[in-house]
This record gives sequence, C-alpha cells and structure tokens, in this order.
Amino acid sequence: MTTQEGTTPFIVGHRTVTRIAGPLIVATGMDGVGYGELVEVDTGDGVVREGQVLELDESLAVVQVFGGTVGVGRRTTSVRTRGRAASTGVGKDYFGRVLDGMGRPRDHGPEPVPEDYRHVNGLPLNPIARAHPDQFLETGVSAIDGLLTLVRGQKLPIFTGAGLPANALAARIAAQTRAPDDATEVVVVFAAMGVTRREAAFFRTEFSADAASSSVLLLNLADDPTIERLLTPRVALTMAEYLAFELELHVLVVMTDMTAYCEALREISAAREEMPGRRGYPGYMYTDLASLYERAGRVRGGSGSLTQLMIVSMPDDDITHPIPDLTGYITEGQIVLSRDLDRTGVAPPIDVLPSLSRLMNAGIGAGKTRADHRGLADQLYSCYARGREVRRLMSIVGESGLPQEDQRYLAFASAFEATYLDQGDTRRTIAETLELGWRLLDPFPAPELTRLTADDLAEHHRAGPSA
Amino acid sequence: MTGQVPSDTGGVVKVSGPVVTAAGLPRTRLFDVVRIGTDRILGEVIRIDDDLVVVQAFEDTTGLRVDEPVVATGEPLYAELGPGLLGAILDGTQRPLESLGAESGHYIARGADPPRLDPDRLWDFQAAAAVGNEVTPGDLLGTVTEGRAFEHRVLVPTGWSGTVTAVRPGPATVLDPVVDIDGHPVTMMHRWPLRRARPVAGRLPLTVPLNTGQRVLDLLFPVARGGSAIIPGGFGTGKTVMEQALAKFSSADVVVYVGCGERGNELTEVLEQFPRLTDPRNGASLMERTVMVANTSNMPVAAREASIYTGITVAEYFRDQGYDVAMLADSTSRWGEALREVSSRLEEMPAEDGYPAYLATRLAGFYERAGAVQCLGTPERNGSVTIVGAVSPAGGDFSEPITQHSLRLAGCFWALDTTLSRQRHFPAVNWLRSFSQYDLDGWYDCEVADDWSRLRRWAAATLQDEGSLQEVVSLLGVEAIAAEQRITLRLGQALREDLLQQSSFDPADATCPPDRLLAMLRVLHAADGAMSSALSRGVAVPDIVGASVLTELGQMRRWPAGRVDDSARDLTRRVAEEMELL
Repeated sequence: MTTQEGTTPFIVGHRTVTRIAGPLIVATGMDGVGYGELVEVDTGDGVVREGQVLELDESLAVVQVFGGTVGVGRRTTSVRTRGRAASTGVGKDYFGRVLDGMGRPRDHGPEPVPEDYRHVNGLPLNPIARAHPDQFLETGVSAIDGLLTLVRGQKLPIFTGAGLPANALAARIAAQTRAPDDATEVVVVFAAMGVTRREAAFFRTEFSADAASSSVLLLNLADDPTIERLLTPRVALTMAEYLAFELELHVLVVMTDMTAYCEALREISAAREEMPGRRGYPGYMYTDLASLYERAGRVRGGSGSLTQLMIVSMPDDDITHPIPDLTGYITEGQIVLSRDLDRTGVAPPIDVLPSLSRLMNAGIGAGKTRADHRGLADQLYSCYARGREVRRLMSIVGESGLPQEDQRYLAFASAFEATYLDQGDTRRTIAETLELGWRLLDPFPAPELTRLTADDLAEHHRAGPSA
Repeated sequence: MTGQVPSDTGGVVKVSGPVVTAAGLPRTRLFDVVRIGTDRILGEVIRIDDDLVVVQAFEDTTGLRVDEPVVATGEPLYAELGPGLLGAILDGTQRPLESLGAESGHYIARGADPPRLDPDRLWDFQAAAAVGNEVTPGDLLGTVTEGRAFEHRVLVPTGWSGTVTAVRPGPATVLDPVVDIDGHPVTMMHRWPLRRARPVAGRLPLTVPLNTGQRVLDLLFPVARGGSAIIPGGFGTGKTVMEQALAKFSSADVVVYVGCGERGNELTEVLEQFPRLTDPRNGASLMERTVMVANTSNMPVAAREASIYTGITVAEYFRDQGYDVAMLADSTSRWGEALREVSSRLEEMPAEDGYPAYLATRLAGFYERAGAVQCLGTPERNGSVTIVGAVSPAGGDFSEPITQHSLRLAGCFWALDTTLSRQRHFPAVNWLRSFSQYDLDGWYDCEVADDWSRLRRWAAATLQDEGSLQEVVSLLGVEAIAAEQRITLRLGQALREDLLQQSSFDPADATCPPDRLLAMLRVLHAADGAMSSALSRGVAVPDIVGASVLTELGQMRRWPAGRVDDSARDLTRRVAEEMELL
C-alpha cells in the first residue's frame, strides 16, 4: 500500500458515487474494474483515499473505503480504478520502522525502499509444498518452552481477557525468542490492530529498546478507520512471507488483537447487509481467519519459517465466543491466560491446564531439547492438575482434612506457580526450565512419578523423602 | 453417453466472493461445469434464474471483471476413476497436488487444469474377460497391480454392455483401449459425476465390524462395515488424531481420507508419516491403500464443498471392485460452513444458525452413500463404504445443526469431551454419552470369543455405575458409599485408565487387535471377581483397592504382541494370589 507498483500507476476513468453507507460506497460506471481490486476515492478536497472492490454487479461496484467515508459526498467524490489488487512493498528496508495499519510509515522516517511488491492476500500454499514444523523455538518463558513448546512454523494464539497482560507477554516473547540450534536470527513482524494510544506507546518503547534492528511494527490505532484493520494482518503476513520464504529468515509474526480484527469484519458485513452468523459475525469468518492463520508454516527445501502468535481477547472471558472458538479450530493449540493467576501476581499468568501446543511433540526430545522433556512435561502437568484438584477439595473440607500425600501435591501446585510460572522479567533457557521442573519434582518419591522412565529418574531426580 | 450439449459462451455480470453470476448461457443445466474468465477458473452452476446463471467458483475470483467470458462445458463435475488413484493426494476437485506443484510451485495458482490421472503411466493389464464374453456393467474385464500388492479391478463401466470383441493385455495407459465391447474401445479410466451415487446390485445387512484398533470404540461403540459414525468434539479434543488413527489402523482395504477445511500442517504430518508406516496386513506402505483429498482451510471454499463428493465417489469406485473402504472426513462442519457461505451469498433464507434449510438433505445425501453392498456384475462380490465424519461444533456445543442432523443419520456417535481431554484422557470419547446402533455382538461372539458380549455388558455396566457413584463421591466424599461400591469405583478407574485410555503416540499402544482387547478385558473381569471375594472374606476396603498389584494393570497395553496370552494368564494369577493373601 505504500507506493504504486512500477512507476506510473494505471488509472482509468472517473466514476460516480450513488450510495454511501458506513464504510461502504456504491459507485457506478465501474466497467473494467476487477473483483477485489484497489480503487482511489477522491473526495475532491485534496484527500485521496484507497478502497477495495467487495462486490461487482454489472456497472455497479461496492467499495470499502480505507480511511473512512467521512467527507464522501455523492456529487463531490469520484472513484478511479487502478487495475491492480491491494499490494504492499516488502523487504529488509522495513526493519526498524513503525508503519500504520496499511504499511505506510508512521515514524516520520524516509519512505522505505521495497525490494519488491506483493499482493496482500497471498496465495494458498500447496499442502505438499509444506514441511512439517518440527524445530524448537525458545521463547525464554518456562511455561511455554517447558509445557507448551512453540515450534517454528506453528500458529499459536494467546487467549486472554480484558485487563490481562497479554500484550506484555507478546512483546516479551517478540523481544527474546531465539532459535537455539540455528544461527539465523529471529525477526519479528508485529501487527497491532485497534490498539489504544497507551498500548501503542508501550509497543513503541518495547521495540525501540531492542534497537528494533530486526523488527517491523505495524500500528493500527483504535481510532484509525476500522476498515484499515482488515488490511493490517495481510500486509504484515505478506512482508513476513517474503522474509521467511524468500530471504530464508525465521519470522515471528505477532498479531494483536484478533478480536478487534473480527469486529472490523463484522462491521463491514453488517454494512453490506449480509446474513449474520453467530453473534452477528459473518458466516465466512472461519474462512477469513484461516486465510490469515494458514499463512504460517515452513516450505519444503527452505530454511526459513513463519511462526504466528496471535492475541485473542475473549469477550467476558468466554472461550466459546465465536472468535476464540474459530481461532482454536484453526490454530495448533492455544495458550490461555488466567485471571486468578494474574490476581495472585504470577507473571506471565499462563494457565497450563487448558493450554496446549499440538506441535510440541515434533519439536522436543533428544537432539532438539532433551530426551526427558516429554516425560517431564507430562509429569509436571499431571502433578499440577492433581494439585489444583486438591486445592479445590481443600476449599470444601479444609487443609487439615487432607491426607499427607495430597498435601504434597498442594504444596507442589503453589511452588509450581510461584517459581515455574512466575518468572518476572528473567529469560530462562530451555536447560534452566527443565532443571527447574526437575527440582520441583524432588519432594515426590520416585514411584509416584509414573510418567517418567526409570532412566530419566535415575539421571535427574534427587530423591525426596521416602514414601 | 448422455446427450452432449454444445458449449455456450456467456459473460460475467456479477462477482461476490466465490459466487459469480453470468448471462448468455441459455442451454446450461443445474450443476453443469463452467470455465470463468480468461484464467478459466473452474465453477459449477448452482442456480438458474431466467437468463442469469449463478455459479460457485472453485478458485479465487480476485481480479475477475464484468464481461469476462464464461464458457459452459455442458457437463457436470466428474471424477476420473482408474488406476493411479491409490497414493494420490488430490485437491477438492481431484487435481493432483503434485501436478499443481510442478505447474505453479509452492503456491497454488489459478486456472491450473492438470490431468486427474497420470496419462503417461503404464499399467500391466491382466485380462480376465475373453473375446466373445457377454458383459454387463460391473463385470470384471481385467486387473492391474497397484503398488506392491493391491489388485485394481477394471470393470465394465455403467452404460456399457454387449460382446467383448477384442482384448489387449499388457502395458497400457489409463487412456489406451484395453478391451473392445461391440467394437467400441473401453479404457481403464472412466468418468463419474461426483454428486451421483454409483449403482449397486443390492444392499446387505450390516453385521461385520470395521475394527478400528481403538479399544473404546471396538469394545463399547463398534461401527459396522458399511455403517457410519460421527466424531463431534470441541477443539483440542482429538478429532484429527482419532481420524488419523482410523486411517492408519482400521481394518479397511482402502482408506479415503478427506481433509476438508483443516490445517495445512496436519496434512503435511500425514503426508510425511504415511509413506513410512506399513500396512500390517501385507507390509506395503500405508500410502498404497490411501487416497488423500486435501482442501485445507485457506484453499477456496467451494472446492471444500466438492471435496466431500470427490472422496465418496472414489470410495464407491473401490467398493464396486469388492473392497471394504473407509471414508474419513475431517471435518464435515467445514463442509457445512462452505454450504452456508455460498448460501448466504445467494441471499437464501437461512434456517438454524444461518445454515441453509437444505443442510439436512445434503448431509443425508452424503451419509446415505455409506453401505455394505452386493456389487454389480460378475464375479459376485461384496464391498462396503464406511463413513466416519468428524464434526467441529461451534463452542463445543452439540446442539448446533450439523451435529444434530448428523446424529440422526449416523449409526455411531463418538462424543469427544473437553473435560476428558483436559484431563489428558485420550481418546477423549465420553463413554456415557456415546452410542452405537449396530448390533455386532453376534460377530464378536462367533469370531473372537463367545464371552465377548457378556464381558462387554459387564464393562459398560461397571462404567455406568462408576459414573453415578462418582457424582455421589464428589458431593459427600468416599466415606459415604458402601464397601462394594468402592470396589466398583476402583474397577471403573481401572477400566478408564488401563483399558479405555490409549496413546496414539506410543507405537506399542497405538492400535489394539480384538484378541488383545479380549485378554485385557478378561484380566479386569477376573480382578473384579478376586476383589469381590476378598471383600466377602472381610478384608478392609482400602487394602483391596490399594493393592499394589492393581497398578500393574497399566502395563497390559505394553504387552509384547507374541506374549499376550502368557502375560494375561500371569497377571490374572498374581492378582488372584495377592487378593488371597490380604
């Protein structure tokens, strides 16, 4: 969206506007325009906005106007076609820059020099051209690395609620993620949609602190035109695909907040008077989200990867709301933040019990992390699940009513939250995370640790009190 | 065969996502295929309104302009059937993904139209028919060997009959005539319209199970060959892992796996895994009995709708050769959503949740293509298509339309449960909620062991009792129930943890043949007897349910294949002994 493709833009004709409704206009005389193509909307007062064709009906075109329709009038506005689909510049020159939701500089810096232009919608990756994601990515967060391991090429959402520190977690992961077995650096494309100015300032600080040499920040603010939000993730992913699959880098794309994106989608759908689906969201929301999320992955024969972390705010903490629900059906697992943990000061407040990384098995084990990783993760998970169950029971029967065995699990759950989950600002390597996990298991007698093999126990377990 | 309609050329009038309206195609019929625009995008007519023809496009329509040409082919959407299907990976309209990759690289470009079956590959045709034979549809003309061991049977296509006038055994491509009937050449490839069920001589009762290798299914909720089952479950409950386990281990001759609107990375996993896995029955690669139809969630939505029909047509084609076919669809909800998306673009009146009112009819049309049949033609043979459809209910709520309509059509309901999956109980099949309407006890009692149905009822009843007791215990504590009930509780735990749970990732446990399942079941049943007799001798309940030998029940799933009977005998004896000593 930054500059025209080639030197002379291909501009044809003037059209008249017949209807204006919310972010949409209907223009006549649109012969020769293609479905999904970009048009220029000239309001006559020197402001030229961009728009995209949503529907074609003979000579009528329904156009969604990026930049909003304020100031658009029937007689004063003309529409020009440019004969091309929405595209964006891509390349390394965008590193260190802050862009708006459509990929234009927002930081008063010079116009970036793109290496190429790409259509923002991309094309579906042929399933047989994909390589299965099986390489470990170290985020430095124990709950993720140890129990919900992220793999290069995976798409993993963070389900959060209003007021929970999801953005802080995302920014931290973006700043400190490494590929330990690979000298290739991890670069970050950060797409913020519908964020407040306060959040935007936070992201800017986070990124400039990191010298921002290898990151691109796209900011679509909450009071920017809603409709631009539909392009933000597409621009970000198009830039990321170029970096990952052509420049062979490891790219981490962070998208926040998908809920703002989906609301924009709903707004357009309502303006088009489409049949609403669940909670008013359009019936094609699954397909639309899939067209974003499925752009994560690895390509066979290439060394780059595109990993996605997306933040999904659950309205009223409801995981069955259509946005987290459809997201969960597309992504490869989910990280769920917990209000209870946040209240007790655990940072990051990741609730590992409902969280899951579907690709974890492929990315861990001997040669990747360590041979005991799977067993250790299962054991920690199972002990913590039992500890939480005991805690629930305790609230009914009281602590004194618990057998000694149960009290051990109770103590474990608290220690696990206080040391393993809560790590403040420290970054932990995978070795440190695994070591911490083992130390937490020390109080248990070996026969109770049924998920671990005898070899692993012999090597790592420091015998606790006898049973 | 059918009356050929000369092709028409019209023009695009309207474009809205995957729905394109064209004018100037007066002879076009419903469900005819058209080619849209200069890129020749594949589309299918879904509505005719006076002079206007509404088309669903199987490819992305971005850039399409009003007045671009639309060419009618006068034919419905066909599958091309013949040797070369096994091991193939196809998109929703049967385009081989390998060929698409060769044509357009990593990404799928528009308008690609590669041959559905490799036209150059030579197959060694072994004739079965001889000159002078009178043949009718379904009669065996000859065979070719696919992969290591699969006998691909070439049959007289529907619509053909007469006298065989020439037979040409030896190497041939799918397009070479191998047999002449009344002087007309017949090739190994023939075409079949996707949306029409293939004819059969008759339907057979469903009496033989499709063994899935999953204990909870084979024991409690078995599906018959020719039956249908649905697997509904919220995200993360293991639908895909279960479909993949069925693709790997079920006792079918041919598996058609339709990845409909699902994750690309998952498909890659299957594509990387299957060629390395071997079919336990003949040692060949699993891929040699598998046809994959892959339309991932970011591929065009209308092709997702077609992918289910491509899959079932291929399945019926192998059924007609006399094989037992498993058709696995993951996920039928994505297919329903594709219907909804197109319907909404057509501005049709929606029924429940925005789905079109014909959703139930379409689902019925699909599930009713399952069946055990007597195939057309000679030699006499039987075949079956078993459908297993995953359902992804919105919010994990089973009251939504696709789950409810499918429930009425499918004979098995394998309900996956979020609570179980959070407890990492896999497969997360809820044993209290699921059901099977197929009565297969007769087969098991006859083919596996005559106490099968008795043991099955015992296991089901124990689980049921345990479920009710758990409710009491969670309210009042374990002290509130009687001694015998605490034994039931312990047995229920053993059934759940040591029998129903099964790890798809543990090579020793990923599949379980019926004889091993029987052995495990007998050990547990014997443990029931031993515990009850200990109780009647006055042994304290905590000593019985806490006996250390009971923890060894967890090892049953890892018994080495050749030593199942010995291990079972040994464990039964030791359980009895330890209970005696208490």
